[in-house]
Amino acid sequence: MSDCPQGRSKCEMALRVNGERIVVRAYPMDRLLDVLRGELGLTGTKEGCGEGECGACSVLLDGTLVNSCLIPVLQAQDAEIRTIEGLRSDSRFQELQEAFLELGAAQCGICTPGMLLAAFHLLTKKPQPTIEEIREGLAGNLCRCTGYQQIVEAVAEAAWRGTAV
Amino acid sequence: MRAHPGDYELVAPGTLPAVLSLLAQEPGGWLPIAGGTDVMVQYAAGELPARKLVSIWNLPELRRIEVLPNEIQIGAGCTYTDLREHEVVSREFALLPIAASWTGGIANQNRGTIGGNIVNASPAGDSLPALMAYEAELILVSIRGERRVPYTSFHIDYRKTRLAPAELVRAVCLERRFSEYQGYARKVGPRRAQAISKVCLAALARLGDGVVEDIRIAMGSVAPVPLRLRETERIVRGQRIDPPLVQLARRTAAAETRPIDDIRSTARYRAAVGGNLVAEFLGRLSAGKIKG
Amino acid sequence: MKNGDIIGTPVSRKEGRSKITGQARYVDDMALPGMLYGATVRSGIPRGKINRITFGPGIDWHEFAIVTARDIPGKNCISLIEDDQPCLADGTVNHPEEPILLLAHRDRGLLSQAVRAVSVEYDPLPAIFTLEESERLSEIIWGSDNTFKTILIEKGDVDRVWEQADHIVEGEYRTGAQEQLYIETQGAIAAFDTDGRLTVWGSLQCPYYVHHALKKLCGMPADQVRVVQMETGGAFGGKEEYPSMIAAHAALLALKSGKPVKIIYDRMEDMAATTKRHPSRTRHRTAVAKDGKILGGEIEFTIDGGAYETLSPVVLSRGAIHAAGPYYWPSVRVRAKAVATNAPPHGAFRGFGAPQSLFGLERHMDRIAEVLGLSPIEIRRRNFLQPGQTMTTGQRVEEEIDLGKLLDKAVELSDYQAKKQKFTGENQGQDCRKGIGIAAFLHGAGFTGAGERHLGSVAGLEVTAEGTPRVLVSSTEFGQGTETVLCQIAAEALGLKYEDVGFAQPDTAVVPNSGPTVASRTVMVVGRLLEWAARDIRRKLTSCGLLGEGYSPEEFRTACRAYAAEHGPLRSLAQYQPPDDLVWDEENYRGAAYAAYAWAVYVAQVTVDLATYSVSVDDFVALQEVGRVVNPVLAKGQILGGVAQAIGFTLFEKVIWEKGRMQNSQMTNYIMPTSADLPPIRVYFEELANDYGAHGAKGIGELPMDGPAPAILNAVQDALGVPFDSIPLLPEDISEALSAGAAKRSLTSPAKVGP
Ligand SMILES: Cc1cc2nc3c(=O)[nH]c(=O)nc-3n(C[C@H](O)[C@H](O)[C@H](O)COP(=O)(O)OP(=O)(O)OC[C@H]3O[C@@H](n4cnc5c(N)ncnc54)[C@H](O)[C@@H]3O)c2cc1C
Ligand code: FES
Ligand code: FES
Repeated sequence: MSDCPQGRSKCEMALRVNGERIVVRAYPMDRLLDVLRGELGLTGTKEGCGEGECGACSVLLDGTLVNSCLIPVLQAQDAEIRTIEGLRSDSRFQELQEAFLELGAAQCGICTPGMLLAAFHLLTKKPQPTIEEIREGLAGNLCRCTGYQQIVEAVAEAAWRGTAV
Repeated sequence: MRAHPGDYELVAPGTLPAVLSLLAQEPGGWLPIAGGTDVMVQYAAGELPARKLVSIWNLPELRRIEVLPNEIQIGAGCTYTDLREHEVVSREFALLPIAASWTGGIANQNRGTIGGNIVNASPAGDSLPALMAYEAELILVSIRGERRVPYTSFHIDYRKTRLAPAELVRAVCLERRFSEYQGYARKVGPRRAQAISKVCLAALARLGDGVVEDIRIAMGSVAPVPLRLRETERIVRGQRIDPPLVQLARRTAAAETRPIDDIRSTARYRAAVGGNLVAEFLGRLSAGKIKG
Repeated sequence: MKNGDIIGTPVSRKEGRSKITGQARYVDDMALPGMLYGATVRSGIPRGKINRITFGPGIDWHEFAIVTARDIPGKNCISLIEDDQPCLADGTVNHPEEPILLLAHRDRGLLSQAVRAVSVEYDPLPAIFTLEESERLSEIIWGSDNTFKTILIEKGDVDRVWEQADHIVEGEYRTGAQEQLYIETQGAIAAFDTDGRLTVWGSLQCPYYVHHALKKLCGMPADQVRVVQMETGGAFGGKEEYPSMIAAHAALLALKSGKPVKIIYDRMEDMAATTKRHPSRTRHRTAVAKDGKILGGEIEFTIDGGAYETLSPVVLSRGAIHAAGPYYWPSVRVRAKAVATNAPPHGAFRGFGAPQSLFGLERHMDRIAEVLGLSPIEIRRRNFLQPGQTMTTGQRVEEEIDLGKLLDKAVELSDYQAKKQKFTGENQGQDCRKGIGIAAFLHGAGFTGAGERHLGSVAGLEVTAEGTPRVLVSSTEFGQGTETVLCQIAAEALGLKYEDVGFAQPDTAVVPNSGPTVASRTVMVVGRLLEWAARDIRRKLTSCGLLGEGYSPEEFRTACRAYAAEHGPLRSLAQYQPPDDLVWDEENYRGAAYAAYAWAVYVAQVTVDLATYSVSVDDFVALQEVGRVVNPVLAKGQILGGVAQAIGFTLFEKVIWEKGRMQNSQMTNYIMPTSADLPPIRVYFEELANDYGAHGAKGIGELPMDGPAPAILNAVQDALGVPFDSIPLLPEDISEALSAGAAKRSLTSPAKVGP
């Protein structure tokens, strides 16, 4: 049972974000995206559409990639939430970030956090994806700058470096 | 424009009985929200009429796949990812994971549920033609108990279903008897991924001695509800596939659809492509180009 | 570091690390204490007189800051070329997204209800929505003739060529509106400080455009207005002019409420209300000799500017000049016109008119080839501009460009001949038809004509107290690599390492006006100014004996510190000096239209699926000559991104209009390509130095937008034998054309053969 009896008013909800337990005051129907950005100042998660199309708001919920603009914060209560800020110290994530930097996968950067999370999720499930699998795995993340090619190359490169290590 | 979160109520009772009793207290008063990939889009656009929502996301009773000797029961709360990753579903009901793989991007597949697709009842719902082709049954549940209804008659009209207020879809049942069928599925959308279908096809057929013994052709986005192309099936059943039959089936299928013009496509295009997909299916069937 | 080590090196993006860690600060990532959120009430009807505005019940209006046109302290306009576009409608509206009234509140969530509760009553006026309606003058909605601008370019005596022609080939080509669809929607924050000074932070391309517009709107002197560019999540031209509007709205609300105000558009509002690429129509009538040589032609280029003038004249100008492409026309007459309709103003988008007119031309070249029975390769080869020849404006080709060689190389890289033969042989009876198509084109770098002369841009460098040089420009980074490339150029010119040079955040209180970040001008024009400024800094240091000929970064820093101690801050600004040989006659459209041109040949290979009528691009070769490539990874990224956008423009992206209003203003319904929709794009550079730009670099950002559309449609015609002359080309269009039996219609029917 939720500890938020009257859904219509703000209430306290306990979240686990980037390994930390945090209590926030929010409406149950507040979008997880807004709580992360507004209440918690985790502005690395971006909003591009608010309708589940662009993937800029991607975060990991219990290790699964989701669009935080489509999740009422109440539904995230019992999950482990990871944002780009919380992946900083993960060495596989860093490898991916470096490949993005070197291979030109970030241009304006607004899609980049979401793209990195989607790529990270893909490599977690499939450490050695084919180019097609990368293209499919990232198809929920729109990028208007790069034409995706350098992003796909960066993910392939990171996958390759991952095994080389 | 965006709605105000304070105008909405959302509760998460956590178990199926608790949800059902809440629904029963005020039939029609609470809108279930599962993965939210339809509900939250409406909400974001300020177009969600319901003000009270009850979360059914991740209810254990809804999120399991039971493999029984004669049938498989897929919990309505299973996500597209769950379907794609399930061995028996992938082996015996391949049309379903194929449809799941079309549904939005990976993030969407991790949240969107089959129950949501069914009850959202968009004519463009991508998993619906597959359920039509397999002649699925739905288990509906309310505080009063469960009932089974055939999926083929579940959709009454545009976005209208046989689901009663205070009722949930608990599971989708598929009979395990398609090992001898060959299946074909194709989605035609405005782009290859993350797309709302303009036409989507799920079809099954069993051949014996080159004759079509049984055939089921289902299509989405070509009518107010997902459609079984009964007339097309009728002219093909019992026949050998040859070019004249393929042409006849193409025309019959196109004529059998009831599509509309909207901002996503035109009725003429949808009908023409619907016919073409049926022809493509039969062509491949006769050429032995599809596996079961 | 030695000269030549930095230019041409793929150093990583200056601001890259902040982007890959999510630390980069975009405007919506910023909040000020006590900040309100703003929203806009828009017209909703295409044209009419406002009778009454009423505030509905159920809302506590006292809690809101409310702004109307009457609250504007200065002039009610978004000042750009003409001051015709109001900041807030005053009495009349001319398009369905016209801002009428502004609201602000502390709680962002309350705004949408409040916006809906404001009702506006109108006396509707008849409205017009197409080029043709506008030309017919059935309603006059702008000026005396619905015309923002006309241009006439004449070379030779085209009236005399028709009788010499072996063939006269005609065609009409159309392009649709295209949404920039940067992933970060538009937004701004405005705040007044206690001294009444206004600061605006925004997602924008051109800080000084916004600065100019705000001064006029608020009636404030230059030093009272400050504009700061935040990290900008994509722009593509879409944040060239519209940010002035949002900044103005935020400023008015901040003035009224006495609090900082943030306005961030949601995706729907952004798509519906902000500018898009101008829809266009290009008509060609061309006189051709038997051997395929163009004798002359008439080109009519018309664009739909929407309700207000905004940038239409300059878009038109670039489109008109590019309309003749990379070919030699002994005589030509280009008539170009920008007309008004009751749609939101169309504006800048990568390519700025050139993709529109070049689409027409490059489709037309294939049509000419067909009429003459020549190959698309041959028709282009026989007409390419040669060094020494003159372009339509009379500008001589001074560069030693060999377009024939560029073409040969593209043909070879794409395996054009073999594929063409193979597809012709194999297509018959197939469910999937393959085709290959080519387009050759050019793109002028920098402002058109005397634009740079008028701008008189200033850019420079300063050295901080610690001895670190910083680039001072108003040129902005929004993904293209401005920061990186300008730092590379400055580092090279200063004889330092790339890492040693910093970049000042574009802030009108800190950086000089180096002009807008548009028109592929940044590297060529602003980069050149930085080289001058760097030389000046070195001169200052050497002339007072602080620095010798060769030096280490440490010695440089020491010298700078010593200089600062003695003479104060070390700073150098350079101003654009128009080269003597670049003369432009704006009146007659004669002379040097651009200081330099980039040249390109693109080849597209497609498959058309006859079951779904959809086109997929299977292979794409993008070969270009862009002068010196300053950063290969970034340059390649520009081409890849541009080609991807252009594929969207060609095959996916359709704005659906209903009475001047975009119906599909959502990402679900306005279809841009995903990673699964694009082919591998093969990018090749040829380098040919140019005298005007920094290190011989020319513009690169817009070029890739120009070629893909015609190359793809040429390939579709190759696959199906049916010509398509309008984009976006959607499966529905192909289905209609094929079912109408267009395949059987004579392919040469649109062309008249004469005389
Ligand atoms: C970006 C994006 C892309 C998409 N792409 C596709 C696509 O390609 N193809 C496609 O078919 N769909 C697509 N969708 C739509 C959506 O993902 C699917 O319809 C999904 O299956 C909905 O499931 P959900 O659990 O998220 O539903 P919710 O949004 O939670 O619910 C949808 C409706 O179903 C009801 N409901 C849900 N579960 C039950 C239940 N067990 N019993 C009774 N009622 C229930 C809810 O009350 C609501 O009315 C897309 C959505 C997005 C945001
Ligand atoms: S903002 Fe969530 S998917 Fe675009
Ligand atoms: S880098 Fe700009 S949207 Fe991807």
